[in-house]
Amino acid sequence: MNALIQYIESYLTSDKTPGAAGNMFWAFVYIMLVFTGLSVAVIAMNWLERKILAHMQVRLGPMRVGPHGLLQPIADALKLLLKEDIMPAEADSLVFWAAPFIVVLAAFSVFVVVPFGPQHAITDMNIGILFMLGVSSLSVLGIVMAGWASNSHYPLIGALRSSAQMVSYEVAMGLAVVSAILMTSLNASGTGTLSMIGIVEAQKAQGEWFVFKFFPLGLIAFFIFAVAMVAETNRAPFDLAEAESELTAGFHTEYSGFRWSLFFLAEYSAMIAVSSIAVTLWLGGWLRPFPNWLSGPAWSAIFSYVPGVTFLFFAAICFYNTARMPKHPYFRIQTLGLGAFGAVLGLIGLILFIPAVSFRIQDIFWFSAKVAGFMYLYIWYRGTFPRYRFDQLMKMGWKVLLPMGLGVLILTAGVALLQIKS
Amino acid sequence: MTPVATPFFFYLLSAIMLAGGILVITRKNAVHSALALIVTLLAQAAIYLMLYAPFVAGVQIILYAGGIMVLFLFVIMLVNIDRTMKERQFNSQWIIGLIAATALGGLFIAVYTKGPNIFPAQPLTIAEADNTQRIASLLYGQYMFSFEIASLLLLVAIIGAVVMAKKRI
Repeated sequence: MNALIQYIESYLTSDKTPGAAGNMFWAFVYIMLVFTGLSVAVIAMNWLERKILAHMQVRLGPMRVGPHGLLQPIADALKLLLKEDIMPAEADSLVFWAAPFIVVLAAFSVFVVVPFGPQHAITDMNIGILFMLGVSSLSVLGIVMAGWASNSHYPLIGALRSSAQMVSYEVAMGLAVVSAILMTSLNASGTGTLSMIGIVEAQKAQGEWFVFKFFPLGLIAFFIFAVAMVAETNRAPFDLAEAESELTAGFHTEYSGFRWSLFFLAEYSAMIAVSSIAVTLWLGGWLRPFPNWLSGPAWSAIFSYVPGVTFLFFAAICFYNTARMPKHPYFRIQTLGLGAFGAVLGLIGLILFIPAVSFRIQDIFWFSAKVAGFMYLYIWYRGTFPRYRFDQLMKMGWKVLLPMGLGVLILTAGVALLQIKS
Repeated sequence: MTPVATPFFFYLLSAIMLAGGILVITRKNAVHSALALIVTLLAQAAIYLMLYAPFVAGVQIILYAGGIMVLFLFVIMLVNIDRTMKERQFNSQWIIGLIAATALGGLFIAVYTKGPNIFPAQPLTIAEADNTQRIASLLYGQYMFSFEIASLLLLVAIIGAVVMAKKRI
């Protein structure tokens, strides 16, 4: 028993990921944490997307279920679970059954290497970024299978569109990624790395985020990736695969209930996954803003308070709205619930002020905050950009982003070579 | 981290590969064959991982499972499955088939019996941690010429495809 406790405790002081330290227990805990964290993030994203889109279009959005519709995603999830599960009579049952699982597996297993902090990844692979790109490209298979197995016209056309789009944009995306990886090799030994943690450490060692490296080369590569990742996840303005006016819902037209919700889950977690690639490669991953410029213990202390202050701010918003709730007895439970939610947020904020906790956790906060920025951008794009036509989309991928990516790659290599020579 | 239960995983993955390979040639529906082939390729990638070659495994997943097989499926899905289902699946050139199978079987038996002499067992000298870097320095150093030749070959194939597909250039 003591040995077991010691085994569990031994990791807490380690500075490696559980996978690298070979600690099975903590690896399992991290897998569970990432899985629940992602599911909660998808639920929150569902609510935020509907709310933000509504406010952009001068509507209120969900308001009925819970205060400001906060419980709407939970109600939706329950509805999806209880809905009748329909399989078309002429569908290829095995492929139809397997497709959502492949999409979900591909979307979730990439998070094995996502570095939420120097210790906070399930494991660190030598081929980290390659693994992420490879496994996330497997989700195309699931989409193609879903479209074909439905044995119906809309899904087939939707699947063809979305896979053509994903395969084309993968090329531009790969070139942008390569130019960022090239930058990791600018050190004394001259060897780069593909490991996700290694890439962030390289940015720390070189003292700048890769988005500002070799200005404007890093910025252009980041821009290419930022466009390609929206196309890769089939989101607006590149959501031709599920263009409602033409294809009803694209490849998942014939899916309903729980199977459909798996596609939904996969879509959102794939969005989070590509955003975390962008954050890791160009925006310094878990590093706090200005780790070198505003260095020293005083600045570190100030920045370590930011997570706690953020949660306290959210708690304050909750309490403010609790006070503003209608006083009618009909709203009593909602008012109490919102107050309790605010209290939980405030408690988390207070816990984050404990130095030992914030020291270990703040990396996760900065990483998540950056990813959350990208999530907001996704909603913003959807609210503001009109949808592209398919030929425009292909032209953009092959005739604009691909040559740009090649040019940036060659220029980056040239500048890096000059810097190594001098 | 030291690997655990190596023989178990080796036999499991090999069994998956063999089963996938058999399914590829016995399924009547071409889409099912392609999916079985993907399973085989993924199991092969896992075997590469067991051989301490993570880079090759990653490239296998990206290129074969994620790239080539998607295009395969793409083409197969547009073909009329009902007609291909009725077509004959195996040909009757069984004499040639027998000769080929005997030759392949003979090769397997020879390698199995003489294996330790042809491929002597060696302890692993290259660390798994810098596998990618080692491959890069070999590919862009010692084997630069063959690498460039291979890329030229692919370029020729791309140009050929464009020429054949486009009527007016």
